[in-house]
Amino acid sequence: MPDRKNPLNIHYSRRKVLMGMSALPVGALIPHLARADTPATASVNKTGLAVTDDSVTVGILHSITGTMALSETGSVEAEKLAITQINEAGGVLGRKIKYIQEDGASDWPTFAEKARKLLENDKCASVFGCWTSASRKAVLPVFEHYNGLLYYPTFYEGLEQSRNVIYTGQEATQQILAGLDWISKEKNAKTYYLLGSDYIWPRTANKIARKHIENHLKGSRVVGEEYFPLGDSQFNSVINKIKLTKPDVIYAIIVGGSNVAFYKQLKAAGLDLSKHNLMTISVTEDEILGIGGENIAGAYACMKYFQSIATPENQKFVAAFKKMWGENSVIGDVTQAAYLGPWLWKMSVEKAGSFDIDKVIEASPGIEFKDAPEGYVRIAKNHHLWSRTLVGQARTDGQFNVIYQTPDLIEPNPFPVGYQ
Amino acid sequence: MFSLQNRKDILFFSILAVVLLVVLPVGLDAFRLTLVGKYLTYAFVAIGLVACWGDTGILSLGQGIFFGLGGYCMAMFLKLQASTPEATKSQSTPGIPDFMDWNQITALPWFWKPFHSLSFTFLAVLAVPTLLAMVIGIAMFRRRVGGTYFAIITQAIASILTILIIGQQGYTGGVNGITDLRTLNGWDIQSDHAKLVLYYVGAILLLVCMLMVRFVRRSKLGRILRAIRDQEDRVRFSGYNVANFKIFIFAFCAAMAGIGGALFTLEVGFMSPTFVGIVPSIEMVIYCAVGGRNSLFGAVYGTLVVNWARTSFSESLPELWTFAMGGLFIGIVLFLPGGLASLYRTHLDRYVDRFLSALSSKASSPTDEKA
Amino acid sequence: MFAGYSVNDLASIFVMQSFAGLILFSVFLLMALGLAIVFGQMGVINMAHGEFMILGAYTTYVCSQIFERWLPGLFGLYFFFAVILAFIVAGGIGMLLEWSLIRFLYKRPLDTLLATWGVSLILQQVLRSTFGAREVGVTLPSWMMGSWNLTDTIQIPINGMIVISLTLLITGGVYALLYRSGWGKQVRAVMQNRSMAGAVGIDTEWVDRTTFGLGCGVAGVAGAAFTMIGSTSPTAGQQYIVDTFLVVAFGGTESLGGTIASAFSISQVRSILEFFFNGSMAQVIVLLTVVGILMIRPQGLFALKVRR
Repeated sequence: MPDRKNPLNIHYSRRKVLMGMSALPVGALIPHLARADTPATASVNKTGLAVTDDSVTVGILHSITGTMALSETGSVEAEKLAITQINEAGGVLGRKIKYIQEDGASDWPTFAEKARKLLENDKCASVFGCWTSASRKAVLPVFEHYNGLLYYPTFYEGLEQSRNVIYTGQEATQQILAGLDWISKEKNAKTYYLLGSDYIWPRTANKIARKHIENHLKGSRVVGEEYFPLGDSQFNSVINKIKLTKPDVIYAIIVGGSNVAFYKQLKAAGLDLSKHNLMTISVTEDEILGIGGENIAGAYACMKYFQSIATPENQKFVAAFKKMWGENSVIGDVTQAAYLGPWLWKMSVEKAGSFDIDKVIEASPGIEFKDAPEGYVRIAKNHHLWSRTLVGQARTDGQFNVIYQTPDLIEPNPFPVGYQ
Repeated sequence: MFSLQNRKDILFFSILAVVLLVVLPVGLDAFRLTLVGKYLTYAFVAIGLVACWGDTGILSLGQGIFFGLGGYCMAMFLKLQASTPEATKSQSTPGIPDFMDWNQITALPWFWKPFHSLSFTFLAVLAVPTLLAMVIGIAMFRRRVGGTYFAIITQAIASILTILIIGQQGYTGGVNGITDLRTLNGWDIQSDHAKLVLYYVGAILLLVCMLMVRFVRRSKLGRILRAIRDQEDRVRFSGYNVANFKIFIFAFCAAMAGIGGALFTLEVGFMSPTFVGIVPSIEMVIYCAVGGRNSLFGAVYGTLVVNWARTSFSESLPELWTFAMGGLFIGIVLFLPGGLASLYRTHLDRYVDRFLSALSSKASSPTDEKA
Repeated sequence: MFAGYSVNDLASIFVMQSFAGLILFSVFLLMALGLAIVFGQMGVINMAHGEFMILGAYTTYVCSQIFERWLPGLFGLYFFFAVILAFIVAGGIGMLLEWSLIRFLYKRPLDTLLATWGVSLILQQVLRSTFGAREVGVTLPSWMMGSWNLTDTIQIPINGMIVISLTLLITGGVYALLYRSGWGKQVRAVMQNRSMAGAVGIDTEWVDRTTFGLGCGVAGVAGAAFTMIGSTSPTAGQQYIVDTFLVVAFGGTESLGGTIASAFSISQVRSILEFFFNGSMAQVIVLLTVVGILMIRPQGLFALKVRR
């Protein structure tokens, strides 16, 4: 590796190194206070990362142009908020976080290219980013090769566990099983119709759902399963099929713009979601902005976070988010998971007493974030988070009523035996 | 000895060779050099388009199909290499690619099996895109489909292929593509050393392919192709089978794209269906247009310039880049249909001519004396 | 597949499925109409067609916001204003585009294709910078989102009926304009023989500009209509573009009737296939069939016999 011994001689792309601006006034007061107990750079950075006496550089890697920009914007906002807050609270090991933001442009090779830049050129101490599975798969070899550290925020299909990735969203079994158990018991549901966009997450998730329905929920069965190309906007035929098969539950994992078409057409076809059970794991408050609350009211969503969670920690988070990004902004599950990333990294670094990737990775399992917006979370050995799963019912104002919450934290299990 | 045109080509070719093989590797750090390596794989498509679009007037908006197919062939080989029974022993069926295992496929599908062999893979990288291009070409050109119709249909084929690849994820890796490719016959393609070697392989292959395209363009065949572009009916009435020429050049340029795709897979380490789609196909056309659709060298420089601009722009002002890209499309088409190469032709060409003539008269005079 | 369903069930599904096909038909036709006019008239492929559609959708969004805030009493009717405004906005920008760009490229159809692709990139980014990358929710008056219950099992979506009627209206309007008005006569004259039309005193430039404007305006109306059934985001327009091209190419470019027939056959086949296969497969089969037929009959299935 070049330059490992020369941590200070790091080339920054000038325009890209930005500071959390609101942190400046506080930051100006802190240095001499912080210096006193700030460990020397040489001792916390033995591997040539972009760490100086008063700053540490991290990367943010999301799409801000192209088709995925509509999903990833929220994650970028949450990560910037977390970084700003951490800086206001004194930074990490006495160092302010600077970030370099790169645009993945909704294009997987670009993600790989930018990941390489952030690690090899910019020596980022950690990277917060990626949204789709495809982009994560594209950057994964890069992070493993350059020994970087990625915090990945999206709920996803599982089947992966990397030393160099911390998954702050839920893997599929965490998100799915509890919700199915709940709806089977509460609504006495016996028949399920599975729908999804045609790619790996919905397909894997539906596979897990099907196995669970067939093997673990007594007397239940799947009466249909169907996939649509990403971005498809014609759902009338499948809605007719649903009407014909009359399932107790429509289980929908449709993503992106297709969601809007699906729920509008569902409503127009007379399927009233307050009478028909529909459960989704892909619609957050973000998606409802486009769908329109009145079109989805009554549907159940199953994930680990809703903006309406009524804890003081969450209310504080929501208020801070709205203060930074505008009164009209909404926070979905992934946005909150993205917010966890910088905080979990800070805690791991401080536990390790070093920015060095290997030490941070070693310190990560067991890290607890007690007052996270979603509640208590803990990093498991497999780099996923222990978390609760909630069931929310959509309201016309675009928010969810939380109507059920698993009593215990659910262990992440990315390679579920019996669901393959 | 050589005509002026030939001497000029030799000069340009040497300049490009020096730039690619000496200047860039010396002047750039490892990271930037790999980026250039990636851009060069697009240049394969661009030089193919010079022959196909610039010379013959066939605009294909589906070059991504061939680029992607070449890339997928390579990726299938590399994926099989990465899926040894030891490496995949945690799967329910060890020895098959991980994504197949996730999709409950328990045996390697038949069309994957030949990709255990490297020589078959090399053959397939060339043959698969070429054959598909021939099938499309035979169907279309025999029936005299051309112009915008042809462009639309190539687009439709690109979108069919994308939906198919995404939909059949058990066999193709779906939307994620074929990822996590690490070794080629035991050689770690992720290492910095390998990236440097692959860069040189790519650059040299590109130069070789350029020679091939140049050969085609300068031959009698090339003149017929240009005649087809300008007056298709007259060529037909002169007794030539226009369709066969078009099929040939379309397949030829598909093969170029296939090579580019295979190199792309090697350099980037994965292949995904996004390359088969419409957007990259059109972008590759614009690389060629920016450089000059009638100039082989222009196409390569155009590819490098556009991609370089994209990368540096998107690091600082990603939103502006989209505007710049759109503006580039419009500006080039409107004001500079010949691309950068036409700037050269109007401003620099005569000086180069003069220089070369002077050089040759100097060079030839001593020999004259001897004689 | 039909085992276990009553005759009554099957009958109602048949009705609803035909209706689903009709909605798809309207979507295709509305999109293809504008493209076909422009393509048939000037041989220009407008790659930015999808973005003009989305322009119409965003116009509707802005209208809904304005009515919600300042004219809540008229909110139930805002959609009709929005449709007209969408036509004007998209058509106006279309004419501007024709004047500033397209008219220089009539002799080079392939270049227009590239230039309009550039336009589409710019329009997308303009929309993204103005309205944000996220989808916007177009609130529709509640009466439009309901359904009309014919029987217990047959529900006809009202928005579907609005889309269909709008399509009929627009198609009728375009037909009347092209075949029953003086302007239409000029358009057809230019289409058949541009130089002769110019020689007899037709202002061909003006005809081109208005035709292009009409094509884009119709796309805008399509966009307004699609807010009822689809999503509104800067990149949503791209989803439709290939389907639309195929409809136009399949229908042949010389006649309005061809486009209608082509939109009808493609949408019906796809909607039937979607019922028996899954959505992805249905789309592949339809696209493959259309491409296959186009290879056999490149002039389009419903083209008039014209001497070239």
